[in-house]
Amino acid sequence: MKILIKNGHVIDPSQELDGIYEILIEGKKIKEIAPSLKKGKSASVKVIDAKGMYVLPGLVDMHTHLREPGFEHKETIKTGTHAAIKGGFTAVCAMPNTTPVNDNAGITEYIFQKAQKEGMCTVYPIGAITKGQKGEELSEIGMMKDAGCVAFSDDGRPVENPLIMRRALEYSKAFDVPIISHCEDLSLAEGGVMNEGLLSQTMGLKGIPKEAEEIIVYRDIALAGLTGGRLHIAHISTEGSVNIIREAKARGIKVTAETCPHYFSLTEEAIKDYDTNAKVNPPLRTVKDIEAIKEGIKDGTIDVIATDHAPHHKNEKLREFDLAPSGISGLETALSLSLKLVEEGVITLSELVKKMALNPAGILKINKGTLKPGSDADIVIIDLEKKFKVNSDLFISKGKNTPFEGWELKGMPVITICMGRVHEWQ
Amino acid sequence: MPVLNNKDLLGIKELSADEIKHILDTASGFKDVLKRDIKKVPTLRGRTVVNLFFEPSTRTRTSFELAAKRLSTDVINFSVPTSSVVKGETLIDTALTVQALGADFMIVRHSSSGVPHLLAKNLRASVINAGDGTNEHPTQALLDAFTMREKKGRIEGLEVVIVGDIAHSRVAKSNIYCLTKLGAKVRLVGPPTLIPDGIAKLGVDVYYDMDEGLRGADVVMMLRIQMERQGKGFFPSTEEYFGRWGLTSERFALAKKDAIVMHPGPMNRGIEISSDVADGERSVILEQVTNGLAVRMAVLYLLAGVKA
Repeated sequence: MKILIKNGHVIDPSQELDGIYEILIEGKKIKEIAPSLKKGKSASVKVIDAKGMYVLPGLVDMHTHLREPGFEHKETIKTGTHAAIKGGFTAVCAMPNTTPVNDNAGITEYIFQKAQKEGMCTVYPIGAITKGQKGEELSEIGMMKDAGCVAFSDDGRPVENPLIMRRALEYSKAFDVPIISHCEDLSLAEGGVMNEGLLSQTMGLKGIPKEAEEIIVYRDIALAGLTGGRLHIAHISTEGSVNIIREAKARGIKVTAETCPHYFSLTEEAIKDYDTNAKVNPPLRTVKDIEAIKEGIKDGTIDVIATDHAPHHKNEKLREFDLAPSGISGLETALSLSLKLVEEGVITLSELVKKMALNPAGILKINKGTLKPGSDADIVIIDLEKKFKVNSDLFISKGKNTPFEGWELKGMPVITICMGRVHEWQ
Repeated sequence: MPVLNNKDLLGIKELSADEIKHILDTASGFKDVLKRDIKKVPTLRGRTVVNLFFEPSTRTRTSFELAAKRLSTDVINFSVPTSSVVKGETLIDTALTVQALGADFMIVRHSSSGVPHLLAKNLRASVINAGDGTNEHPTQALLDAFTMREKKGRIEGLEVVIVGDIAHSRVAKSNIYCLTKLGAKVRLVGPPTLIPDGIAKLGVDVYYDMDEGLRGADVVMMLRIQMERQGKGFFPSTEEYFGRWGLTSERFALAKKDAIVMHPGPMNRGIEISSDVADGERSVILEQVTNGLAVRMAVLYLLAGVKA
């Protein structure tokens, strides 16, 4: 089966392409890409006319909670990957905070096989840094890498003990895998549920100071400098974190960083009226932080925009604010929210493709995020002008927990091609 | 004059100065009722009030219960140890169950801030916040304002000092909103660990030195200090706390001669207040309790939308 995509505006920063190109797909691979391909007219070629559309490499989300095994009422590999391709993602990385935790090769293989069987896009498991994510003993990083893990993280929790974090950054060098850090000083955050400030005071909610994140960002960067390990900082939310990472990169420390759409789209004001759908960890911050994060996205301090897709069941969110779980169902809104950065002139569309496809693929050393001939036929075709209103009832994800309900967004995928399979969206 | 604009009383934050004054004026009428031989009016006969308390409370619950009975409603007390909450029922399910019993009013106390707001959104019944987490305790602030107005003849221009654990006190928060809306000058006194940074933005003055904070005050409101704060590092010992921020008669002398002392209760004698002040003639602590009844009757009455 061959597919020809023509008349579309192709953007592929891996080949520095930005113009009208034709792409020929054969089976699961991209066969050719050129301004004009030889027109050997054949009935066996399915033609996709992408006139007026942008054609990008399929997006790669390096921070997804698929919840399986253990929390299938929140999401499954099947529904999560389906939501992913609707959102324009053709590969997602499954965070290990499942039940059981993905802290051994057996669980990794289970996730891998389940994804092969039921997944609608490619799933790369992320293994736990420590057994049971308890922060005490290292997991079998080597065996898990062999089983398919592309990175290691205790996401949802920091590795509290700096000595264990040091060992993880050291040991992982043997396997050339990144250690992804959830930066939160738990003693300082002490049961906080939102950003600390006047609003947390007047809402009577326990605040988490920005310093709870920044202290661990700095600590882990210091440890990356000490060890030479590859550190990736997850979901940064504060101005201070951006500054610390920028300075560390200037010093040549091996550190990369991600943020999520909600950290440049919303402030803490979103939780007014105790909206648990805007409860997320780290918490939403202030206008100043949003500005600093946009600046970090612009100047390259922030390498990646990830979703931190964290679906929860409706009943889990419909409860006391301080007892409700943190997280936003993000796969189906991430691209559209990030396209605002392009509309506002913060970055170009090509730079956005880097942050949502090429850079995560590079950090994870996976062969994705590119339209080079020979690579997987993972492509997303987007209509930049198409407007829609966010309606969680229409989410494919089981998680309807979004603080963007009712938002008018512009720009969305119209076709996602994953390993040569075409999915068209209304 | 009509009634409160909202179905619910969630906090003082949401009220205007006029609404607050209207509640206080209405409460004056009910206070007269409470002085009669027959302290009961038929105003809300047939209505059902449920005290839905997820946190232990004796005085507030009893006060609401009696206020509701004085208005001839039927009152049910629903508290945690006897409820199905311990069996794992969700908050919303518990509240819907209570509503299905025919509750017109739900008086809610919960250790999580925002619970009355969540219930108000999901219930037909009127929700009255009887204290949520560290957010608000609106009827306490209303009864405090009522007491100040009764004793001082006005609120506007009064120098009111609130001493103690401001950070964790819903009473302090509601009082700050209420008093600043009514034009009083509010000073907060306590150790820096218990006075949040930036709270001055609410239009209050902050003092770490109690003597300085007390000078020329018309009203001194002492807050309860919870013992467990000591273990969490908010202050080193109750002895040191009392030495710096406890109200003794010597310290109280720094306030105006006719200053009154208030306390929402329950008191820790010898920790935040000495017995001679608590039992002294300028203490209005027990009158606060009596006024609480009148204020809570007024709130129920106004939310019920009944014209006088």
